[in-house]
Amino acid sequence: MDTVMEGEALEMADETTSSPTEQHAGSNGYEVVHSKSPVFYDIYERKSELKHQTHYCPGCGHGVAHKLIAEAIEDLGLQDKTIFVSPVGCSVFAYYYFDVGNVQVAHGRAPAAATGLKRACPEKLVLAYQGDGDLAAIGTAEIIHAANRGEKITVFFVNNAIYGMTGGQMAPTTLVGQKSTTSPWGRRPANEGFPLHMSELLSTLEAPVYIERVALSDNKNIMRARRAIRKALENQRDNLGFSFVEILSPCPTIWGKDPVDARRWVAEQMIPSFPLNVFRDRKLELPPDSAPPQRPVSEVLEIRKEGVRGLSAPHPHGFEQLAIKLAGFGGQGVLLLGQLLAEMGMREGLEVSWLPSYGPEMRSGSAHCHVCLSTQRIGSPLVSRPQVLVAMSEIALRKFAPQVAPEGLILYSGDKLPEDLALPTANVISVPASRIADKLGSAKATNIVMLGAMLAETNCLTRESALKVLEAKVKDCALLEIDRLALAAGWEFVNHQAYAGAVAQADGFAY
Amino acid sequence: MRRLCKGNVAVIKGAILAGCRAFYGYPITPASEITEAAALYLPQVGGTFLQAESEVAAINMVYGAAAAGVRVMSASSGPGLSLMQEGISYLAGAELPCVIVDVMRGGPGLGNIAPEQSDYFATVKGGGHGNYRNFVLAPASVQEMAELTMLAFELADKYRNPAIVLADGFVGQMMESLDLEFREAIVPEKPWSVKGTPETRQNLVSSIYLEPDDLEQHQRRMEAKYIRAQQSETLFEQYETDDAELLLVGFGIVSRVLRSAVEQARKQGWKVGLFRPITLWPYPSKELASIVAGAESVLVVELSNGQMLEDVQLAVGSNKPVAFYGRVGGNVPSVEEILEQIEKQMSVRV
Ligand SMILES: Cc1ncc(C[n+]2csc(CCOP(=O)(O)OP(=O)(O)O)c2C)c(N)n1
Ligand code: SF4
Repeated sequence: MDTVMEGEALEMADETTSSPTEQHAGSNGYEVVHSKSPVFYDIYERKSELKHQTHYCPGCGHGVAHKLIAEAIEDLGLQDKTIFVSPVGCSVFAYYYFDVGNVQVAHGRAPAAATGLKRACPEKLVLAYQGDGDLAAIGTAEIIHAANRGEKITVFFVNNAIYGMTGGQMAPTTLVGQKSTTSPWGRRPANEGFPLHMSELLSTLEAPVYIERVALSDNKNIMRARRAIRKALENQRDNLGFSFVEILSPCPTIWGKDPVDARRWVAEQMIPSFPLNVFRDRKLELPPDSAPPQRPVSEVLEIRKEGVRGLSAPHPHGFEQLAIKLAGFGGQGVLLLGQLLAEMGMREGLEVSWLPSYGPEMRSGSAHCHVCLSTQRIGSPLVSRPQVLVAMSEIALRKFAPQVAPEGLILYSGDKLPEDLALPTANVISVPASRIADKLGSAKATNIVMLGAMLAETNCLTRESALKVLEAKVKDCALLEIDRLALAAGWEFVNHQAYAGAVAQADGFAY
Repeated sequence: MRRLCKGNVAVIKGAILAGCRAFYGYPITPASEITEAAALYLPQVGGTFLQAESEVAAINMVYGAAAAGVRVMSASSGPGLSLMQEGISYLAGAELPCVIVDVMRGGPGLGNIAPEQSDYFATVKGGGHGNYRNFVLAPASVQEMAELTMLAFELADKYRNPAIVLADGFVGQMMESLDLEFREAIVPEKPWSVKGTPETRQNLVSSIYLEPDDLEQHQRRMEAKYIRAQQSETLFEQYETDDAELLLVGFGIVSRVLRSAVEQARKQGWKVGLFRPITLWPYPSKELASIVAGAESVLVVELSNGQMLEDVQLAVGSNKPVAFYGRVGGNVPSVEEILEQIEKQMSVRV
């Protein structure tokens, strides 16, 4: 609050800015009216002192902008519906004055907060009021994206080419050559670039319906500002879309000028650099919208009352806990195979957990997951000593075989074990799963061949629940048929062809 | 009814059941499925989903929606949480309720996407500027991802304060059975909110208290509610603690590994128990102190280089040895590794 000075009252009316209802026609059509819009509080109770005057400096553009906004809200009869989002900057205390719903937000984030408010209250009038540091520096991303989404809000952008509140540092809109406490030699484009033209920038976007730059430089321009502000609020009332009014505004205190000279400076220095213009005024054309279906919560979340039907006769599980690791490379359905096992276990009344490898590791090609099936609450879902390893590739086999628990089982998807592989004292079965799946018509079913083999060998879960889960998960009929055959083939292979339980030999022979 | 569900998805199921109808977020591994589930489910139940341009924007959208009185949330991981901290401080200062889920990954910087528990300080001790606290709840299972998210909404509204669900990559990515029952959410009236109605026209949502005395008074009020929360909202779980000589302490995914380790240690005749805080703030210090009274020593295990450790030390005091075992970088200790640590601790004592 470095620069807060004695304020001018909001009723210090400019003769051209009083609302029409209060106007008394004189010889020139206007008369000075010292009355205050009822959209302003009579007494500024939220201020700690000097409750009858504003905190703005004499001649400050914020006061005029406030007055124009208040009058527009009043005239449009929107006071009860309005939510005013105030920024961080000299106008941080806008809520002292506006007798509307007020939300004060972080520096630069008014368009984001206004987005959250407007989406929560789509029928209401949400307006964001921001300075040039707030909107064009720290909040650049938020304003561009709110505008680009076409948020149905109104943004008032008060551009005074300087940071007022913090005492006169350079703003993104500071003019070339303009001195500030952080551009002591004048703004040098070679060092800090050129002034940022937000209205022009936002005009490159599709969504905004209205963008205009106005100036509080003289009566004629203040009248234009008044019309622009009103239109921007009407647009929101009529649900038209994103409206933006840039207001070139005097900051006599920091500029070191008296109020009259400051207004002149707006006209003579700012307007040439920031030309006044209506940059956008049109209806928004949207492509046809594919609105999501509306359904009851219980249906969307799949928490209908009836439970998943388990098997009629519970399968006697020959274990308290079975720790399984499934590994291979991406695209082999390793993670899916783990999910199928977990789903089957759950349907058979067991506690289950499935923990995948995730992220870049998968991108590099390898994939694995941990599955625990248990009759009791599962502690660690991490399988460090698998009782069963399903290895879908040689790399996976080499990597994880050493972890397998003594007396554990290794199911390897391959014709033959690699000869140089030293294996732990586990049972090892090689299943030519991909050849079997190929023969059945889809290499994609390789993982299901392995599932059949695993069920045949371990009897940990039933074939019936495997079929039930496949029926529930596989929507493509042809693929489901192949999966059924694959499941049976894996089962048959182990029961009839493999040397079930064969301990790996030095030559890697396993079937 | 039981369903196999991913932890991250369970968060959104719980949130919707709790009456959450707005989500603003930005994708990041390993939290993205939360944002994706929100995108899929919320619009179907009349809610709002928006992918923000950044976590900075997301948390400020949350601020706006919370100001309007809706149950609203966001979710992210370390780098995104860092960006949200200013916003969380504003939410706390303005006393706005909201829920933020942090599915922790390895840091600092971009680190990696594997699980860590290194955002403990950033969430439990603050993270943003100023005097404030977050509720911090630490789920260890898919079921708890849903249930603690629901609880987070309740605490947030009850105390008008942000609540954080502090998960990790494994709890977020894993699938377990989820058993949720449908019931209508009860969202309390929020007479302080700003909704653009005649009744709320006089309301102001702000974190500004310009006069030092006013700000001090505001903070004293916040402090008082934090003390109330500390007295009544702590949650924890204990396992085999009755006769435990060595007490293991860990939260989230680590508590699962520790539980298995306790089971196995008991088989070997070691008297080991587990204390698992569920609320990390408020921390169940009193409960830990009374449980630890029967034990001889403590072993804290974390996926960090000792962040919760400080709270355990405070609770236990100086008359019992508190050892620490931490893994970082995305490594999660195996049960065997913990058993080795237990053995070490037991032999130190002998
Ligand atoms: C994150 C953050 N950074 C910096 C500040 C300090 N700050 C307060 S207002 C302001 C600039 C305000 O300038 P502007 O938006 O142009 O508004 P004016 O005061 O000129 O109306 C700055 C940098 C802050 N409050 N928050
Ligand atoms: S913008 Fe300038 S004139 Fe207005 S209150 Fe701030 S410092 Fe004073």
